[in-house]
Amino acid sequence: MTLDDADLAAVRLTLELATVVTLLLLAVGMPIAWWLARTRSRLRHAVGAVVALPLVLPPTVIGFYLLLVLGPNGPVGKLTEALGIGLLPFSFGGLVLASVCYSLPFVVQPLQNAFEAIGPRPLEVAATLRASPWDTFWSVVVPLARPGFLSGAVLGFAHTVGEFGVVLMIGGNIPDRTRVVSVQIYDHVEALEYAQAHWLAGGMLAFSFIVLLALYTLYPQAMKGRR
Amino acid sequence: MRWFAGLLALMAGAAAQAGEVQVAVAANFTAPMQKIAAEFEKDTGHKAVLAFGATGKFYAQIVNGAPFEVLLAADDETPAKLEVEHQTVPGTRFTYATGKLVLWSAKDGVVDNQGQVLKTGDYAHLAIANPKTAPYGAAAIETLTKLNLLDRVQGKLVQGENIAQAYQFVSTGNAPLGFVALSQVYRDGRFTSGSGWIVPASLHGPIRQDAVILAKGSANPAAKALEGYLKSNKAKEIIRSYGYEL
Repeated sequence: MTLDDADLAAVRLTLELATVVTLLLLAVGMPIAWWLARTRSRLRHAVGAVVALPLVLPPTVIGFYLLLVLGPNGPVGKLTEALGIGLLPFSFGGLVLASVCYSLPFVVQPLQNAFEAIGPRPLEVAATLRASPWDTFWSVVVPLARPGFLSGAVLGFAHTVGEFGVVLMIGGNIPDRTRVVSVQIYDHVEALEYAQAHWLAGGMLAFSFIVLLALYTLYPQAMKGRR
Repeated sequence: MRWFAGLLALMAGAAAQAGEVQVAVAANFTAPMQKIAAEFEKDTGHKAVLAFGATGKFYAQIVNGAPFEVLLAADDETPAKLEVEHQTVPGTRFTYATGKLVLWSAKDGVVDNQGQVLKTGDYAHLAIANPKTAPYGAAAIETLTKLNLLDRVQGKLVQGENIAQAYQFVSTGNAPLGFVALSQVYRDGRFTSGSGWIVPASLHGPIRQDAVILAKGSANPAAKALEGYLKSNKAKEIIRSYGYEL
């Protein structure tokens, strides 16, 4: 027995979700990480703590509050309905939003470490050469922080692929829309279809190992960035 | 040293009279079982330690050595299967409740008492429990098939992992309608909130929920006592008050 159509659909959906989420995470995580790395604001500890919350909160807490906040009686739910988007739970968009929240620390923290490692010196040199802050960021900071971007992207992607609890709570297990691999594996196990579960679960294990092995081999410093 | 031996003997005696039994309980039976366990302890002195969850998960755990002594399943297949696999005490299997399916909305006046809203209503999502693993989910699909509505609602179905999650989707309003267990929304002859249609038993096979004493509980008098207690009139009355049939 190998993977059937439903399994393949789940794999396709998972890769799609992880790709969209990773791109969004880089876009959202970059300014947050830059601010956290540079600011002297007293708010930085609070913001850093909020970003790190998904590391310690169980997915049941995040999923439960997302269900309430995104629901018809929640503030975000009311907003999305007023904007004509409708409600986000049980949709691909809802999963994207949930995954961005859930995987945010996995992208922000490596980026922040990379930005901090650059130190003030290259920025000062760029400033004396009359580079604008915008120019400095793109032509000095981003190239120097490349390991941070890479490990942030890889970890964000892998963590989204491995996400389960939050998706289970707000996804609704809809084929092609919210039934990702981890949920499909869970269903197989629940239905005692252990052979099919093994194909997907074993694949997931191999995928995660290879991704992390590649990251740590290519960029040993990424291991330090993960702290 | 003698006082110590005496104390030990005393404790052992007390333990023999007031035992403890580990019970795995189907999610839909959570509320009535909490009530029954409290009465059970009051009447017999035995303590029932309850774990709630999906029957399929309990099956996998029991087969792999989980310390449960009694199983209150959401179906009749799982206990029968466990019996064939010699995981139970033979001859202890019995139906403790027959579940009822209800189409329910958290809002008043949404579900009419004929379930016409399924055909005519404008709703974005219809929540059910996973039909592959949850008997109430399978009964919901059976009902929709009998009503010739499965094609119409297919794109609107959202699945909870078990009946508790299906209820959560509906109670938070994320799904305006859903098929849930009557025991979740019903007490003493009326809906506790919202509106609902109790699906006639003719539209799906009976949701027989069987209990069984597991092999691990074979020598535990508290397990035997709980089996007897579940068949008592007092327990039956509680079970009925939550909308189950017996």
